[in-house]
Amino acid sequence: MYSKTLHISTSPHIAGGLSIEVIMRNVVWALVPVALFAVYTFGLNALMVLVTTVISCLLTEHFLCKISKKESTISDWSAVITGLLLGLTLPPIFPLWMAFFGGVIAIALGKFIFGGLGYNVFNPALVSRAVLQAAFPVAITTWFPAFTDNRFSVVNASVFTFPFMSPGVDGLSGATPLAAFKFDQVITNNSDLALGLISGSTGETCAVLILLGGLYLIVRNMMNWRIPVAILGTVLVLSGILHLIDSQAYPSPIFMLFSGGLMLGAIFMATDMVGSPITSLGVLIYGTVIGILVVVIRIWGGLPEGVMYAILLGNALSPHIDNLVKPRVYGTVKQPQQS
Amino acid sequence: MLNFRTNTFKNGIHPPEHKRETNGLPIRQFPFAPVIILPMVQHIGAPSKIMVVEGQEVVRGQLIAQADGYVSVPMHAPVSGTIRKIVNVPTISGKMAPGIFLEAFPSSTQEVQEGTPVNLESATTEEILQGIQNAGIVGLGGAAFPTHVKLKIPEGKHCEVLIINGIECEPYLTTDHRVMLEQAQDIFTGIRYLLKATGATRVIIGIEANKQDAVDHLEANIPNDLQVSIKVVPVKYPQGSEKMLITSLLDREVPSGGLPIEVHAVVVNVATTAEIGRLLPHGRGIQERVITITGPGIKKKGNYLIPIGTPLRYVLEQVGVDGEISEVYMGGPMMGTAVSNLDISIVKGTSGILAFTEKDVIRPEKIYPCIKCGACVDACPLFLNPSRLGILAKFEAYDQMTEHHLMDCFECGSCSYVCPAHIPLVQYFRLSKSIVRKRQAAAKQTLEYVQ
Ligand code: SF4
Ligand code: SF4
Repeated sequence: MYSKTLHISTSPHIAGGLSIEVIMRNVVWALVPVALFAVYTFGLNALMVLVTTVISCLLTEHFLCKISKKESTISDWSAVITGLLLGLTLPPIFPLWMAFFGGVIAIALGKFIFGGLGYNVFNPALVSRAVLQAAFPVAITTWFPAFTDNRFSVVNASVFTFPFMSPGVDGLSGATPLAAFKFDQVITNNSDLALGLISGSTGETCAVLILLGGLYLIVRNMMNWRIPVAILGTVLVLSGILHLIDSQAYPSPIFMLFSGGLMLGAIFMATDMVGSPITSLGVLIYGTVIGILVVVIRIWGGLPEGVMYAILLGNALSPHIDNLVKPRVYGTVKQPQQS
Repeated sequence: MLNFRTNTFKNGIHPPEHKRETNGLPIRQFPFAPVIILPMVQHIGAPSKIMVVEGQEVVRGQLIAQADGYVSVPMHAPVSGTIRKIVNVPTISGKMAPGIFLEAFPSSTQEVQEGTPVNLESATTEEILQGIQNAGIVGLGGAAFPTHVKLKIPEGKHCEVLIINGIECEPYLTTDHRVMLEQAQDIFTGIRYLLKATGATRVIIGIEANKQDAVDHLEANIPNDLQVSIKVVPVKYPQGSEKMLITSLLDREVPSGGLPIEVHAVVVNVATTAEIGRLLPHGRGIQERVITITGPGIKKKGNYLIPIGTPLRYVLEQVGVDGEISEVYMGGPMMGTAVSNLDISIVKGTSGILAFTEKDVIRPEKIYPCIKCGACVDACPLFLNPSRLGILAKFEAYDQMTEHHLMDCFECGSCSYVCPAHIPLVQYFRLSKSIVRKRQAAAKQTLEYVQ
C-alpha cells in the first residue's frame, strides 16, 4: 500500500491562480471590441492593417526564437497584444508593407534585443510606432475619414503600395481632431469623440470601448488601475487649469481626454507591466509624469499626438523611479536613500 | 501618508481557506501504532540525549531522553512498551537523526506516569520555565522552538503584553480552532503560568474572524479573576506569524533582525498555551498533539490527538487515502514541507498532514521571466521587493540581496503564491539565505583564525 512514489515540491503548495498566459489572453479579449469597432468604423482597410501587424509580430517572435535556439514564446500571447496595439495606433489606410515592417521592428527592436518578454524597457508597440513615425512621416499622418459608405467593399489603393514605395497622395488626408484644433482651431463635438465617430488612427477612436476594456482588466485584477487614473487625472486637472486661464488658446479638458491616443495609451500601453514601476507609489509618480508630459507635448510641443512620446519617456524613467521609491522595509527606520 | 488603523498588518494574501472540511469535527483520540519511532530532533536546538537502552521497558509519560543543554528539550514515552532499537531514523528534512523504536504493549491500560507538579501559586519564574522545559514543550504552531527559551526575558528587557496566538492563518488547518473550542480551561490555566513566567501585565488572545465560535466560547469562559482581552482580526495570511500578529494587535513593528521582546511582547501559540496549562499542574511531559488531517486525498478527514512518534504510514492507513495521492505535506500548504518518505513520524511540530492528488497539485509547466507586475511587492508583509530579490538570486548576487534585506524574509510564501510568472521566489530565497548564512559563518571562522 502507498508504495507509489510521492512528488516532492517546495512550499507554497498552492498558487494564486493567475498566470502570465491568462493575463495576456485577457488583455487580448479586452482589446478585441476596440479592434472590432475600428473595423466597423474604417472598414476593410483597418481590418487588413490589424491582421498584418498581428501576423507580423507573431512571425517575427517565432522566427527570432527559432534562430536563437529557444522555445517559441508566441503562446504567451504577448506578441498578439503588441500586434494589436501597433495596428490600432496606425492610420487605417497605412500601406501594409509598412505595417508589416512595423511589426518586425516592434518585436525585434522593441522586445527581443532586450532579452524578450520581461526584459524590455519600452512598450514594443510604441517603439515601433516611433520608428515608423520617423521613417514614414507622410504615410503615418495620412488620416482617413470614418464611416465612408463603401468602407466594406473598397480597399484603398494606398494600402497596397509596393514595398519600399511611398503611397501616392490621393487627397484622402483628413485632419484628426487634435491637429484640427492645434493648427486650425476647429473643435470637434465631445460626444462624437467619446463614441468614436470621428477620424483618427485605427483604434484611437472609441474611448468608451477602451474604457470598458480597461475596467474589465482592472476588475479581474490584471491591470494596475493607478496608472490610467494617474495619467487621466493629471491630464484632466492640468488641462482644466489651462482652459480656465484661457479657453481660447487651450482646449477643454474633456476634449483633451478623449482625443488622440490618450485613452488607448493610458489604458493599454502605459499599463504594460514590464515598462512601469513596481511599487504603488512609483506607479502613481509614473502616471503623473506621463500625464504632465502629454499636456506639455500636446500644447507646447510641435506634436499634437504627444501620448506616444510621453509613455516612452515614462518607460525610460521607470527603473529610476523604482530605485528612488523603495518601500521602507518592515521593522526598519526610513534611511537616507542610497543607490 | 494617511495611516488608518485597520486591526491588521499591511499586504499579505487571501488564499482559499478550506477550513470547513474539518473545523466542525471534534478532536478524536488516535489509536496507538504498534511501533512508535521517536527521532531525537523534533525541536530547534540540540538533539535530546537518549537515556534508555534497548530492551528496556518504559511506561507512558516516562522520561526517555534528556535535554542536552539550555536550547533543547527532553522527551517522554508516548506509549507504554519496550525499547526495541536505538538507531538512526529518517526525519522530514531528509537527514537521519538518532531515534528510538518503541514497541507498544498490546493491551496495556496506557496510564500516564506523572512527575513533580509545578504549583502555580508558589512556583518562581525560574521554576515555571524549568517546568516548561521539563515537560518537553516546544512551539506547537509549527516552529518547534523550545518554549522556555522564548519565554526567558533577557536582562534589561521587560515584557508588557503576552499575546496568545489563535490566528491559525494557514489554509486547511483547524487544530488551534478545535483546541480553543475544546480546551478553554487548559488555555486559561496556561495563561496564568505564562503571565507569571514573563511578568506581562496584560494578555491578548488574537483570533481571526473566521473562528467566531471560538471567540464566543472563550469569551464566555474567561475566569472571573483573570483579565484577558480577546481581539478579532480580519482573515489574512500570514497573520499568524509573530511579527504580523504584533503589528495587527499592537500596531508596533518588531525591529528588523530583532525579537518581539524589543517591543515588549511575547507571543505564544494557543495550543502550546493549552499544553502548558494541562501538563504543568501534574508534572507531565508532552506525549501527543492535535493534528488536522485533511486535503482532497484523505478519506476520514478530521482533527486527531495523535501520539508523538506515530509513523506517517500508520496514520495514513488509519484515515484512508485516495489511491491517487501524489503529494503529502506536513504542516500547512503555504509553509509546510512535502514528504518523500512515509516512514518518517509525527513530531511535536506537526500541525497538519495534507494529502493532495495529482489533479489538486498545481505544477506550473513553465516559468516565465519576471514581468514586473508588482503582485509580489503588494503581497510581501515585510515590504521587501521579491521581484528584485529574485532577479538578484539568479545572478547569485548575495551581497546585494542582503542589502535588499534578504535575511528579513521569513519564507511565508506570499510572493510565490501570487506570482503569475510562477517564479519559485521563496525557494530562491531559502537557498540564498542558507548560502549567506554559511558564508557568514565561514567569514567569522576566518576572522577568529586570523586573530
Ligand atoms: S517569502 Fe519572504 S519575500 Fe516572499 S512574501 Fe514572504 S517574507 Fe516577503
Ligand atoms: S509577482 Fe512575479 S512576475 Fe510579478 S513582479 Fe513579482 S516576481 Fe515579477
